[in-house]
Amino acid sequence: MNDLQILVGGAAGQGSKAAGRLIAKVLSHYGYKIYVYEDYPYLIRGGHNFSLIRASRKEKRSIKRRIDFLLALDKLTIEKHIERLDGELIFNSDKAEAEGTGVAMQTIAEEEGSAIMQNTALFGAFCKVVGITQEVMEEIVKELPKPDENFNVAKKAYDEADVKINLENKGNPSPLLTGNEALSLGAVEAGLDVYMAYPMTPSTSILHFLAELGRKYDIKVMQPENEVAVINAALGSSFAGKRTMVGTSGGGMALMAEGISLAAISETPIVLINSQRSGPASGVPTYNAQSDLKFSLGIGHGDFLRLVFAPGDAEEAFYLTNLAMNMTWKYQIPAIVLLDKDVSESTFSFDRNVLEKGEKWEELKDGGEDYERYKDTENGISPIAFPGWEATVRNTSYEHDEYGTTTEDPEMVTKMQDKRMKKLPMIKEEIERLEMVKVSGEGERVIVSWGSSKMAAKEVAERTGSRFVQILSFEPFPEKSFMRAVEGAKEIVVVEANRLGQAAEVIERYVKVDKKILKYDGRPFEEEDIIEKLN
Amino acid sequence: MSEINLNTTNTWCPGCGNFGIEVAAKKVIEKIGREKTAITAGIGCHAKIIDYINVNSFYGLHGRPVALAAGIKLANPDLNVIAFSGDGDSLNEGISHLIHAAKRNSDITVVLHQNRNFALTIKQYTASSPKGFVSNSSPGGTIEDPLNALDMVHSAGATFIARSFSGDLPHMENILEEAIKHKGFSFVEILQPCPTWYDTSSDYRENSYKMSSIPEDSLAKIKEWNYQNGGKIPVGIFKKEEKGVFERDIIVGEEMVSVEDIVNSKI
Repeated sequence: MNDLQILVGGAAGQGSKAAGRLIAKVLSHYGYKIYVYEDYPYLIRGGHNFSLIRASRKEKRSIKRRIDFLLALDKLTIEKHIERLDGELIFNSDKAEAEGTGVAMQTIAEEEGSAIMQNTALFGAFCKVVGITQEVMEEIVKELPKPDENFNVAKKAYDEADVKINLENKGNPSPLLTGNEALSLGAVEAGLDVYMAYPMTPSTSILHFLAELGRKYDIKVMQPENEVAVINAALGSSFAGKRTMVGTSGGGMALMAEGISLAAISETPIVLINSQRSGPASGVPTYNAQSDLKFSLGIGHGDFLRLVFAPGDAEEAFYLTNLAMNMTWKYQIPAIVLLDKDVSESTFSFDRNVLEKGEKWEELKDGGEDYERYKDTENGISPIAFPGWEATVRNTSYEHDEYGTTTEDPEMVTKMQDKRMKKLPMIKEEIERLEMVKVSGEGERVIVSWGSSKMAAKEVAERTGSRFVQILSFEPFPEKSFMRAVEGAKEIVVVEANRLGQAAEVIERYVKVDKKILKYDGRPFEEEDIIEKLN
Repeated sequence: MSEINLNTTNTWCPGCGNFGIEVAAKKVIEKIGREKTAITAGIGCHAKIIDYINVNSFYGLHGRPVALAAGIKLANPDLNVIAFSGDGDSLNEGISHLIHAAKRNSDITVVLHQNRNFALTIKQYTASSPKGFVSNSSPGGTIEDPLNALDMVHSAGATFIARSFSGDLPHMENILEEAIKHKGFSFVEILQPCPTWYDTSSDYRENSYKMSSIPEDSLAKIKEWNYQNGGKIPVGIFKKEEKGVFERDIIVGEEMVSVEDIVNSKI
């Protein structure tokens, strides 16, 4: 099989996500390119969680409607998803009766290890059904805590199931990273010193990942009292010379609005990760949306420049966060990396070639005795200095003169606003030089998308002979690159996960949008969703 | 401009208690080393101090000088970090930051310019205005009891708590120096008459008295004055104790990061 999709589900607490991870790993070891979508409600125990694992030979693909294997830890998983199944059901026969491969997963777990290991039993049964060798299964299972117990559980289930197909082991496994892990590493590559965050789905796993890295490496991770504290403390940290990043979702971002404005006038570098989820307000907290684009483009009072980048997979999350960190220090304007839940929390086969694009640019520094923090230079960028140097560094939230002293003088107010805006041509030029618009295919019908929606949109474009265009930077908008990408288009279709068509609204400043394909039920686009609406 | 003074125009009202605080702050900052010091302020009359002292500074947003200061100290623990704030600033708008900085024992000094009203916005009541305070937002007098800030930071775990009076320069200097030198969170409330909107000078002069030593029962002493007018007002150091400091105890590894190694570990 060159392409398969597996759904593994259970009640929260049964470990379906962990089982999904093991399956992704074993298929990756067999040479498949992986994408894992996580679906879970906002509760800790009970309910229904599932992971969808798409494994393809050529390149990683988004999810589709039909599933080839349904792996059920409980009865509800079968009831909810059996209609999608076009293949084999593997289920926990302690919890359900059905046709297919039934294994007493709970009994095996309790006998060979402990009750929580029923997901390991499920994994063992799956490995047998698809013809994974016991050696490879053992290798994966033995990386778990309590390796011997887990192996015994997996082995027993493996022995009880029957082989249905034999997947070929082509080797050459890729690393598996979530979008949040990839973006964290992009920031680390750009010299991340400090990460601050208040927990909020779907950004929380950045906090977990970096807190763990901080135990080993020189990265300070702090969880202040609220998002207002996060952004203000983070700006203090940048002011003191440390490369600082914050992460949140829409609601937390709203609380940070005043700080984004402060970053702008005080020209204090900062990277803000905004991982979108379904809104408004508390919305549908563990489900996806791309409805904070306009918010990110407009957040903060007053006139100021900003960067807004929108990655759609793990490599882009790595690269764009790396770039955001470098550019916020180069230009001293706030940088927002706008992800969505299905980029943040999904797991991807990670192409290591992108690591070569990870860099750390040195910022322009000065620090003489008569230092002017806001020196009005030709391109508007004032050399930066840090407290503790010979220079006296005076950052401020008020309009100010070049030294940072408060001013209300009309000429100075005008001059300093102009000074900050002077950076724009240089930033625009840089954005056009970088690949901020991705194009593939040559059709006259152009499908434009961004963020996680780009995965399904791109596949549909390939299948229908359409051209595909992905936008990676919304601010500044790479106008020249975009206009080149859509040249000769007869029909422009925008695919995105929100109700209004927020990216379409941005695009319409430049070209006419003929059709919008929108999805806003919190679930990711399946190829079929787009194909059905395309014609 | 290697000196502590800045060539700027001072815009405080004549007789403002902030003048005294500015003089004391400058002296102490010069003494501890201005190049090793960074100050923050929120928004309000207190915050204008930023424009009068030539030292590393971040003039922040309303209510946020404590959060800013906490970030600076985390990033560079070698700096002396002082957050200037007002009662409206840190007892109203930004009270959460004050409580949590005290709770985590962040090694910063908070100087609270306690004038007990919103002065720059031309007189409204704050959390520490006395009950019955007549202001533009409480024309019939406030119906709320005032908040005892010292009691609050004590509950939150502040390790250095003191009160001084803007009319007593040498006392302020001593207290500020001790506060900055203290390892851990220091809270210094400076009683500051507002001659334009709420002139409390005669009350403070008549009723304040200096404690001879740090009291054994800090909390009882803190509660001696309830921010109503009348009654004795103890000034001096209420509490001083050693405890784990956030910026010193935070766990940070020392290994050099290799992103490639981390990625490869995910195979």
